[in-house]
Amino acid sequence: MDELLRPLQFEFFRNGLMVATMAGALCGLVGVYVVLKGMSYIGHGLSHAIFGGFAASTLLGINFLLGAGAWGVASALMINGVTRRRVIASDAAIGVITTASFALGLALFAFFDGEGASFDAALFGSILGVGTQDVIAVAVVSVMASALVFLRYRALLFTTFDPEVADVSGVNTARMDALLMLVLAGSILATMKILGVTLIAAALVIPPSVARMLTNSFSRMLWMSATIGALCGFAGMNLSYHLDVQSGPTIVLVAATIFGVIFMATSPLSRRGQRRVRPAA
Amino acid sequence: MTAAGSEELVALAGVTCRYAAEDVLVDVDLDVAPGAFVGVVGPSGSGKTTLLRVIAGSMQPARGTVTRRRGLRIAYVPQVETIDWSFPVTVAQCVLMARVRGRRLLPWPSSAERAAVGEILARLDIEHLRDRHIRELSGGQQQRVFIARAMLGEPELLLMDEPTSGVDVRLRHEILHLLDDLNARGLAILLTTHDLNGIAAHLPHVVCLNRTVLGAGRPADVLTPDVLERTYGASMQVLEHGGMPVVVDSFAHRHDPVTGLSDRSVV
Repeated sequence: MDELLRPLQFEFFRNGLMVATMAGALCGLVGVYVVLKGMSYIGHGLSHAIFGGFAASTLLGINFLLGAGAWGVASALMINGVTRRRVIASDAAIGVITTASFALGLALFAFFDGEGASFDAALFGSILGVGTQDVIAVAVVSVMASALVFLRYRALLFTTFDPEVADVSGVNTARMDALLMLVLAGSILATMKILGVTLIAAALVIPPSVARMLTNSFSRMLWMSATIGALCGFAGMNLSYHLDVQSGPTIVLVAATIFGVIFMATSPLSRRGQRRVRPAA
Repeated sequence: MTAAGSEELVALAGVTCRYAAEDVLVDVDLDVAPGAFVGVVGPSGSGKTTLLRVIAGSMQPARGTVTRRRGLRIAYVPQVETIDWSFPVTVAQCVLMARVRGRRLLPWPSSAERAAVGEILARLDIEHLRDRHIRELSGGQQQRVFIARAMLGEPELLLMDEPTSGVDVRLRHEILHLLDDLNARGLAILLTTHDLNGIAAHLPHVVCLNRTVLGAGRPADVLTPDVLERTYGASMQVLEHGGMPVVVDSFAHRHDPVTGLSDRSVV
């Protein structure tokens, strides 16, 4: 037990644990909308797009949250605008915008001979360098995302489930989509250091997918996904320290293991003998 | 444009709509009166869904005017094919979405809202299904859920996009009877359908649409070989049975001595 608690004496670990747990819950919460709206690719792409802003702000000496934040918001709104216009297929538009931004980040690091540790941390996540500022950033984004989900619960649910009828019913679906994209960008930005841009998509997708397998209720799916995300963040961060593996991969592997277990447990074979889903009489 | 006045619930005058550079509706004039029950028929891509969107206000015309009675409450029931049936919502949660514009900020329903949902579900005979996931329902029950969601907003005009698409005869009758009952209570209904004989011929008013209105009026007056050919671009024959028009493809028989159907196109 002492061995398990030992890392808590280090401030960087306590910060990392808090950030990982909150980041897991935040990504789990926001990920419900990402998964149900079929936006998984947008989440994946947006995290890569923000990498461009991260590289630019690092090399120019601008505050990371401000530089990458502005870049992320611009990318999110651009993706949202292109997706809604439907001039070209949305996945193609996302691919163009996000990979171009990611490539720009890589080129900036190569051209200006950026620091290797910072580069790796951005890509794969790292517990090192997580400070009080990061704890506050994740906490602020988490509170904002929770407030949005709580206060605009009905409009977001309607927009996610049936955007056309929601629009007719008086919901400003364009505004809801834009808000969701901003929250998604904020979540990626706040959790990027701990999870890494290449692995954030997993934190957005796996907890909601696990929750979906466990419930048919939207409201339950929200809190279950956030809880699963928080558990994955907490357990993954502890394992990361003890196994001496980067935090991002460890958190994702914990989540993937839970997914595998729940998938097997809820597969048709394991449900044999239970009530089948069939039309009501 | 939305404006006040007019005795009609909705009046379209010279409405033209475009997707990109292509005209989907051209110079459409259409009035929907209180208590009307209108079926819009036409081939795929004729602009039926666009017409519903323009009336509902989710799409603005490129030209022309849409006049809605001040404060008009419109509900829209989409095609069931567009619904994600794996989405995690129960029947009650789905119906409650109609209360999205209320002042209540809390996510969970108030006791009054729960009672209202229970009342509308009971009225449509699906109250016992309120906690079921939407995927666990039969086709008729699913259609009733979306009608219940529309009705919870206490609309004066109900717009339905292909409510009987892909359903069997029994379910089609069930839906038609339900809509007839709602219309008898004063609800104006405008629906689109591909089903000329099963739905359109039974309605009091039919509109033939192919980018523009090619005919409007009683089924017996509108479902004629001439109007149908201009609407569908294919030759059709119209027989008469029990005072109602029966549309058949041109290759079908002209007169059946067994059923006694007579060919109005020849008469």
